[in-house]
Amino acid sequence: MTQLKEVDIAVIGAGPAGLSAALACGKSGATTLLIDFMDAPGGQLIKQTHKFFGSERQFAGTRGIQIPSIFINQLSQMPNVQLVLGVNASGYYADSGVLTLEDGGKFIKVKAKRVIIATGAGEKALAFENNDLPGVYGAGAVQTLMNVYGVTPGNRVLMVGSGNIGLIVSYQLIQAHVQVVSLVEAAGRIGGYLVHAAKLRRAGVPILTSHTIVRAIGEETVRGAVVAQVDQSWQAVPGSEREVACDVICLAVGLTPLVDMMWQAGCEMKYVPALGGHVPVRDENMRASNPAVYVAGDAGGVEEASSAMISGEIAGISAAVSLGFRAQDADARLALLKSDLAAIRSAPAGEKIRAGIMSATACGGER
Amino acid sequence: MWKIQSYSHFAQRREESGRPLGRPRLGMVRLKEHPILDFPPGREVAFTFNGKEIRGVEGEPIAAALHAAGVRVLRHSPVLGRARGFFCAIGTCSSCLMTVDGVPNVRVCTEPLTQGMVIETQKGHGHLPID
Repeated sequence: MTQLKEVDIAVIGAGPAGLSAALACGKSGATTLLIDFMDAPGGQLIKQTHKFFGSERQFAGTRGIQIPSIFINQLSQMPNVQLVLGVNASGYYADSGVLTLEDGGKFIKVKAKRVIIATGAGEKALAFENNDLPGVYGAGAVQTLMNVYGVTPGNRVLMVGSGNIGLIVSYQLIQAHVQVVSLVEAAGRIGGYLVHAAKLRRAGVPILTSHTIVRAIGEETVRGAVVAQVDQSWQAVPGSEREVACDVICLAVGLTPLVDMMWQAGCEMKYVPALGGHVPVRDENMRASNPAVYVAGDAGGVEEASSAMISGEIAGISAAVSLGFRAQDADARLALLKSDLAAIRSAPAGEKIRAGIMSATACGGER
Repeated sequence: MWKIQSYSHFAQRREESGRPLGRPRLGMVRLKEHPILDFPPGREVAFTFNGKEIRGVEGEPIAAALHAAGVRVLRHSPVLGRARGFFCAIGTCSSCLMTVDGVPNVRVCTEPLTQGMVIETQKGHGHLPID
């Protein structure tokens, strides 16, 4: 065991939320350690080739893949911020505030006064026959393989789910010359932005609403799928099944927050389906029930990268302020960030998120 | 002890070219043409998969190298023997465990490929070598 390292704030995860949180901590003057288990910073931004929407403050018009270097350029100027990559944050011991980091089989101990957990989210699976066959891939996996490493997932893809991820990944497959044979969506309408869906329709991809996958076909790997129409109670309509030839079934059926560290830290947790699963109960400054722990981004509830960057900055400023590191504009900035977040969630599509956040914040909903 | 590396060198953004989308091509291929991304050629390294020599790109995840070589079945489940590939590709789901250089239960979707690696399909739950 190597010598104990001490910092004011440790940020776990260098995705959009963690990068943004670390930048806010850095600006406050607090000594900050930003940790990620991958060798490159950016989390899932490194595969997002599309341009962001929203306001300029959240990089509207910028492609996701460009955003990490914008943060890294600023962070690298800050002597009080250290970035550690390729290292797993493997445990957090709330009684002592000690984090263990695993680096190639060796453990490093870090004592942090505050921990900002920005561990993101993991892909959800879907229950259907043969859903474990190789070739049934999460949408994020397809994006990683294709957009980060330049390897296509196969020839013919059946996409399941019409949220923004399903729509965007379908379009990115087409950009990589892979055929998207069809997109099925169990709900009666397309879930994501119609501007993304329109691109797919122009490319000739059939979008089947009120349809789902019933079964994957194949012995060792996927060679097809059975899809069927669903009725209003989500049951397959008998006789509507048909076979689709495909070698990849891509699941874009949502994400669930990665909250293991918050369970370990003894944070009060709550199951909020609208936010993707169990999330920590927190206040509007992203502080969890354990006062040394803050949460940022999808780990606190699945939304999107823009809101993750905002909640990351809120967590960063708040954690720093709680230790007496107050940047000059901290209060004004917090107010602006909270109004930006409210604006993003104010769209009709944000209704579920708003209800979820109400339920997860300590002041709203029953505990 | 502290490792700091630059932003992903695998994919670099292209300048806007307005290049039209091409026709679908066949196979699990390594992308050479892409409207947004450039994939600069990496250093080719040799490794073995169950004794057979395969070539991949240094530093890419083992799973990406295997996939590019047409290998999708990474293991079989310990009880029912069902084929398993990767699922999440970001190191969270543990669907892709393999034996790498004798160490079992390695998540090959995030483990970087190096020259001469010995990759094997794992039998059962795997045993840690004890020295």
